[in-house]
Amino acid sequence: MSIFLDENSKVVYQGLTGSQGRYYGLLNRDYGTNVVAGTNPKKAGTDVDGIPVYANVGEAVEATGANVSCIFIPAAGVKSAVMEAAEGGVELIVAITEGVPAHDEAWFFNKLQRDYPNVRLLGPNCPGLISPGKANVGITAGHIAKAGGPVGIVSRSGTLTYQALYELQQKDIGVTTCVGIGGDPVPGTSFIDCLAAFEADPETKAIMMIGEIGGSAEEEAAQFIKDHVTKPVSSYVAGVTAPPGKKMGHAGAIVSGGKGTADAKMEALRDAGVKVGLNPTEAGELMAEIVAGL
Amino acid sequence: MDLFEYQGKQFFARYGMPVSDGEAVQTVEDAVAAAERLGTPVMVKAQVHTGGRGKAGGVKFAATVDDVREHATNILGLDINGHIVENLWIEVASDIAEEYYASFTLDRGAKKHLGMLSAEGGVEIETVAEETPDKISKIWVDPVDGLSEEVAREWVAKANLNPDATEGTVDILMKLYTAYTEGDADLCEINPLILTPEGKVHVLDAKVTLDGNADFRHDLDEYDATQKRDEREEAAHAKGLQYVGLDGSVGVIANGAGLAMSTLDVINQVGGKPANFLDIGGGANADVMSGALQVINDDPNVKAIFINIFGGITRGEEVANGILEAMKRVEISSPIVIRLDGTNAEEGRAILAPELDDMLRMETTMLDAAKVAAELAK
Repeated sequence: MSIFLDENSKVVYQGLTGSQGRYYGLLNRDYGTNVVAGTNPKKAGTDVDGIPVYANVGEAVEATGANVSCIFIPAAGVKSAVMEAAEGGVELIVAITEGVPAHDEAWFFNKLQRDYPNVRLLGPNCPGLISPGKANVGITAGHIAKAGGPVGIVSRSGTLTYQALYELQQKDIGVTTCVGIGGDPVPGTSFIDCLAAFEADPETKAIMMIGEIGGSAEEEAAQFIKDHVTKPVSSYVAGVTAPPGKKMGHAGAIVSGGKGTADAKMEALRDAGVKVGLNPTEAGELMAEIVAGL
Repeated sequence: MDLFEYQGKQFFARYGMPVSDGEAVQTVEDAVAAAERLGTPVMVKAQVHTGGRGKAGGVKFAATVDDVREHATNILGLDINGHIVENLWIEVASDIAEEYYASFTLDRGAKKHLGMLSAEGGVEIETVAEETPDKISKIWVDPVDGLSEEVAREWVAKANLNPDATEGTVDILMKLYTAYTEGDADLCEINPLILTPEGKVHVLDAKVTLDGNADFRHDLDEYDATQKRDEREEAAHAKGLQYVGLDGSVGVIANGAGLAMSTLDVINQVGGKPANFLDIGGGANADVMSGALQVINDDPNVKAIFINIFGGITRGEEVANGILEAMKRVEISSPIVIRLDGTNAEEGRAILAPELDDMLRMETTMLDAAKVAAELAK
């Protein structure tokens, strides 16, 4: 099995008519994702390489039965795009767009939790998710992932996610689902959400978690692993050498007031029984050892 | 994006908060002229993007215009935690009866806005938080609900301020929340918020950090112009690159923030010192690559360059051609070590292979490439 996304997922792309939306939407379709629709209020009734375009998510859902939305809308429009997707009736919203203001993220996170508690938001500023062999939604290169399991991956960083997928593929280890939760201050889906889903998924036997500096999400995840996760976990946390007060690319990756350091995060993870690698390769090797011992 | 105190006060004033009259100046003569206009006594305050100004001698009381001249002379050019003072804020001095602390920021764990209020102001709030956490009154505001006056009033009651300060503080907190949310701030802090002997509540300092991602809603040019970047950061910023200057000798170019951060870690792990963080984003075409190489090459501290690329959607051969094209455009003065992995890495490496020499090396793993780069930089 996989989490959040599988061969039955039907995906509508908000922003399919834009350059990024079109490029990745078609790439996702080539991978085998069931891409059923796009939206654009000004281009309803047209199509993108055979994919019908509707005025909004609600109409797309009604016409196609879409249950997942993928957002490739510029940052200024993401707040309303997320709410349009939730109102339209999808179960999963994947927001790829980067540069969304933190106040918007905090607002729609709480709004969804209150009014649409069953809708899952992934992102913004995330690479999306892939259940290898079944479906790929977002900007992950599908062919670097081996299908089948037994490993589930959750990551805050895009390129390090690819690195992890690739290292496992090189070692002939398959992946159930790989979720990129993104590097922003208020991610819609947290490490804990993914850990809980992987713990409940019978085909996922081990979990790889890739964190980075800033905030306390890794510490919270460590506590959750200690209390609720029985499956073995390997991990890597980027940013050991990041100087305090400097934002390292991601809006959420900043050590401030002595909090959010990589060392503290690794210590918390080790304390929870997680095998922590000092670089992505080492984390991959640790996972290979775990898989060999399953 | 960090604002200077005076910019923070002007920002607060737009939302109706009481701040002191003052003028921002850059020379001793202008400081004196400002004091003459404002009338003494005044405060002479260093404008820097760092804390601990008071301790460093960057904030002085001036009873007379002569005092202003003396203090301005001493403070301009002062080094405060590595920040050289170029701007002063000359402000009408206030009488202080009590000092409080108030702020709003985002609590990432709770995913709500966190308001903090304390009767112990004027000192580092981190110290208060550590030593006497019960002296900070906290509220978590759901962004969907916003802050109501009723909630603000209860919050103020719990903070045990002087009763005379209640009304003024409630009023300022309501406005502070509006400034924080409407202005898309990451942080709005008043420390100290003072109660004057006449019973007025007044904003005596302002620390504001704005979210650069919200620039489509606000005009941030005025603040962007006063951001302090080193020359390398300025050059990278102009090219639209995600760059952070560091003090080592291995120049770093990577695609993706996580991989770039990881590259610094690995260089450090093998005994090297990174000169910078540089994320060139998802692609690695010749334009982006040559821009990045230019910035790294212009850094005199750089003794070796580590290009760390993982091809995802971008294929290895495109990356390899991009690097070669960029090397034609920029005259490189330090040896380059390339690690190229991911999609079509073999094809990419095959393109680079004939070009390899002492100035262009290639390794297949990140760790090996880091070792070679660190060694070359010694």
